[in-house]
Amino acid sequence: MRSFPFALRRFGAAHLLAITMAVVAAVASVLVPTPSHAMKIQELTTKSGIKLWLVEEHAVPLVAMRFSFAGGATQDPENRPGIAHFMSGMMDEGAGDLTSVAFQARMEELAMRLSFEAAKDSFYGSFETLSDYRRESAALLKLAVNAPRFDADAIERVRRQIASSLAYAAKNPESVVSERWMSEAYKGHPYGRPTKGTPDTVGAITRDDLVAYRKRIFARDNLNVVVVGDITSAEASAMVDDIFGALPAKSDLVKVADVAPKAAEKLVVVDMPVPQSVARFGSGAMMRKDKDFIPAFVLNHILGGGGFSSRLMEEVREKRGLAYSVYSYLQPLDHTSMFMGGVATKNEEMAQSLDVIRGELKRLATEGPTVTELDNAKSNLIGAFALRFDTNAKIANQLLYFMEEDLGAGYVDTRNKEVAAVTIDDVRRVAKRLFAADDLFVTIVGRPKGLKAGG
Amino acid sequence: MQKLASPVASGPAASPKLSISRAARRAAAATAVALALTFGTPMTVIERFAAHAANTQSRVSEFKLDNGMQIVVIPDRRAPVVTHMVWYRVGAADEPRGVSGIAHFLEHLMFKSTEKIPSGEFSKIVARLGGNDNAFTGHDATAYFQRVAKDRLKQVMSMEADRMVNLRLAEKEVLTERDVILEERRSRVENNPSAILDEQMSAALYQNHPYGIPVIGWMHEIARLTPQNAIDFYKAHYAPNNAILVVSGDVEPEEVRKLAVETYGAIPRNPAVVPRQRVTEPAHRAPRRIELKDARAGRTSITRHYLAPSYLTAKPGEAEALDLMMKIAAGGATSRLYNKLVVTDQIAASAGGYYSGSNMDSGKISFSAIVGEGATTEKVEAAIDAVIEELKTTPVTDAELERAKKSYIAEYIYETDNQSTLARRYGWGLVTGGTVEKIDNWPKEIAKVTAADIQAAAAKHLDSRNSVTGILRPEPQAVATKQ
Repeated sequence: MRSFPFALRRFGAAHLLAITMAVVAAVASVLVPTPSHAMKIQELTTKSGIKLWLVEEHAVPLVAMRFSFAGGATQDPENRPGIAHFMSGMMDEGAGDLTSVAFQARMEELAMRLSFEAAKDSFYGSFETLSDYRRESAALLKLAVNAPRFDADAIERVRRQIASSLAYAAKNPESVVSERWMSEAYKGHPYGRPTKGTPDTVGAITRDDLVAYRKRIFARDNLNVVVVGDITSAEASAMVDDIFGALPAKSDLVKVADVAPKAAEKLVVVDMPVPQSVARFGSGAMMRKDKDFIPAFVLNHILGGGGFSSRLMEEVREKRGLAYSVYSYLQPLDHTSMFMGGVATKNEEMAQSLDVIRGELKRLATEGPTVTELDNAKSNLIGAFALRFDTNAKIANQLLYFMEEDLGAGYVDTRNKEVAAVTIDDVRRVAKRLFAADDLFVTIVGRPKGLKAGG
Repeated sequence: MQKLASPVASGPAASPKLSISRAARRAAAATAVALALTFGTPMTVIERFAAHAANTQSRVSEFKLDNGMQIVVIPDRRAPVVTHMVWYRVGAADEPRGVSGIAHFLEHLMFKSTEKIPSGEFSKIVARLGGNDNAFTGHDATAYFQRVAKDRLKQVMSMEADRMVNLRLAEKEVLTERDVILEERRSRVENNPSAILDEQMSAALYQNHPYGIPVIGWMHEIARLTPQNAIDFYKAHYAPNNAILVVSGDVEPEEVRKLAVETYGAIPRNPAVVPRQRVTEPAHRAPRRIELKDARAGRTSITRHYLAPSYLTAKPGEAEALDLMMKIAAGGATSRLYNKLVVTDQIAASAGGYYSGSNMDSGKISFSAIVGEGATTEKVEAAIDAVIEELKTTPVTDAELERAKKSYIAEYIYETDNQSTLARRYGWGLVTGGTVEKIDNWPKEIAKVTAADIQAAAAKHLDSRNSVTGILRPEPQAVATKQ
C-alpha cells in the first residue's frame, strides 16, 4: 500500500520496464551455484502444438503462468496507436456469460491474479492462482482469452480511464521525456508511436478495432507460455491446451522493419514548470543476437547499469551530488536496439550533469574500462544471476524472456559462461562501437538553464 | 494496463517496490501442504481457509543475542540465495524537532566509510560478492538489506555489524550527500503536485504527532543538516539492543545463530539507547480542507483521510475490521466505491481507498477519486460521502465479507512466494512492536471479523472531525512556489 512512506536510498530499477528488460540478459556461474541447481526446466509441446516451459515447484501452494503473443503495440494501425494497450485493459472486463462486474467478482472469489500488458513487440499476460483454485481460475482465464465481451459500457469506462492516465502522463516529466525521446528517435516507425495512444486516437478506438486486433494477435504460432509452481507436467499441458488450444493456428502480423534510432535534433527541450529537469539520452546499440551484445551488456554495467558501482553514479552522484538518480541500460527490441540513460537534476545543474555524462562516454570510447572494473562487473553479474530465480513469479518472467529471445532453456546455465568469457579487448572494442561516434541524442523536460533545443 | 491508479502519491514513492503490501503487515513463511479445504470439520469455509493459510506458513525461528539483538530466521530452500536485513527501531518520527530528514539522511550516510570499509565501497563490495543492497527509512523504522548467494552471508553480516557502530563521516562527503537528498526530494515531491498535496494533508491530519512531518524531511531543514546531527542520531539509536536481524532464504536457524554470535554478538549493548518517546494526538475537533491548485496536475482529484488506530493501538479485532471494511468499501474493481463512482454513476475515472494500519502510533483510512470529465468535485465528494455513510448505517453483506476475507488470506499465501517480502513482513512487524505470534495469527483474526464489527468500527472511526479532505486542481497557482 502506498501508505508505507519509505524513502529508498536509490530508485529501484523496477521503475522502468526498460531497465527490467535490459537487465534480463542472463548466465551460469563459476563462482556460485547456477540457478538451475534449484530448478529443472521441462520443455514441452502440448497436444495442440503450443510451446510450453514448465518448472515444477511444489514447496508453495501456488501456480504462476506468464505468456506472450508476439505482436504488441507495433501491430496497431499507423493512424490509431493505443489499440493493443486498450485491449490490455479490456481483458478482465467480462467474458462469456459474465459481465464486467460478474467477472471481477468471480476473480475475487477465486483469489486469482490476472493482468495484461501491451509492450512494443508483445502482448503479455500474467496469471497466478492458489493450487486449491487452479482449475476454476484457469477456466476463467480460458473464458477471457477466448470470449472477451468487449461490452460498450466497459469500453467507455476503460476509455475514460486511459484518457485520465494520459492526462496525468502529459504532465509527468518522466513519462513525457520517455515518450518524446522515442517519438523523435523513431519518427515514422511503429516504435515511435505512443504505446498508449493519444487522447485523439484513444477517443476514436472502436469495438471493431479491438476485435480485429485480437483476431490477428491471439494465435498459437506466436504464443509462448511458461508455467512455474505446484502443478505436474500432465496437468500443465492440459491446462495450457484448455486455455489456448482453441485459438487459430496462425497469427496475422504486419511486418515491422528493422530500424536504427535517428533524431533530427541532438537536443530537444520540452518546457515544463518544474524545479528539477529530467533527461533521457541515448543512441543506437547492438541487437540482442549480435556477438557483441553480451560484451556491451557488461560494458553498460560498468558505465551506468551497476547501481553504486557504476561510473555514472560515482561521477554524477557520489562525487558531485548532482543527482539522486542516474543510470543507463541497453534495450534491445525485436527490430532495433538502444543504449539509453537518464538523469534528473535541478534546472541549474542539468548542463553540468550532461557534460559529466558525455565526458564519461568519451573516456570509455578512448580508454575503455579498466581490467579491475571489468572483473568487478563480471563477478556482480555472475553472482547476482541467481537472485533472479528465487520466486516462482521471477522464474516465470525470466524463462518467458529466454523463450521470446529464442535463447533456449540451456541459457540458464550458459549465460554466466558468456559473461565470464568477456575480455578487456571485447569491452574496449564495444565501447568504441557504441560511443566513439558521439551521437548521443538528448531529450529534456523542465527548464534547464543554459540549454536550448537543437544544440 | 494498470486501472486502479490512485491520484495520490503517484510519484516514485508510490512504486510497488517501496511499499509493503497490505497483508504484509501481519503474516509468515513458506511451506507446502496444499491442505484440502474439504476436511469435514464444523469450521466455516473462511476459517478453514485461514487455517490452511497458517499451515502454509510458520517456520519462523526467533531468538536473541546476549547484547539484546533480536533475530528472526525464515527458511526458504527453493533457491541458493538469502535476504539479510537489519532493522533499527528508529525512524523519522523519532527525530528531534528542527532536524527533519535526519533519519533518512543518516541512512544514506551509512554507505560512506568505516575503518575497514573505504569511502563509498560498501555497495561496491556487496556487488563484487555477486549481490545487491539497499536501505530504506520510514516513520517508525530504518532498514538495511543485502541479497546474496548463501555462501556470502557471513561477509555481509560482518560488514553490517561493522557499520552498526564504526561509521566515519568526512564533512565533504556529508555535504555532497545532502545535495543528493535535496535532489531526491525534488524528484519525489517538488516535481509532483500530488505528492505536495499528500504532504500538506499529512501535516494537517496530525496536529501534534511527528507522522505529520515527511520522512524525507522539509526542504529548509534538510538544507541545514550537519555531520554532527547525523553522528548524534547515529550514536543515540544504532546499537544491537535497538536492532532486529532478519534472514530469509536458504539457511538453517542454527547457522544464522552461530554467524550472528560471531559478528553482531561482538558488539556490546549500548545502555544509552532509550525506548521511543512519542507524543500523542489531542482530540480533533473540526474537519480540515485543503485545496491545491497546480497547473502541473493531471486531472482534478479528491482525497479524504481519517485518523484511525493502527494494528498496534487498536482494540482487539478493530484494526482487522477496518482493514476488511476498506477492502469492501474501496479496495479494487469489486469495491462499492469503484462500482458507484466509476461503473454506475460514471462520475470518476478511478476511485479507491485503503486502511493503513501498519504504523506504531496511528493509522489512517483513505478514500480518493479522480473526478471524471463533465462531473463536479461536489458531486464526487457527495458520492464518496454516501459510500461512507452506508458503512455506518448498514451492515456489509455476508457475500462481501466472505470475498474480502478470502482475498486477504489469499494475499497472505501469495506472499510466501517471495523471501524478501517475508523478511519485510516480519521485520516491519517486530520493529514496530509486534510479535511473530501476532503476525502469524493474522489470517485467523481476519476470519473472525463480523459485519457488526465492521459497522461499529465505521461508526466510531469515520468521524468527520478526524478527517482531512484534499482537492487537487489542474489550475494555475495563485502563489508561485520557489525552489
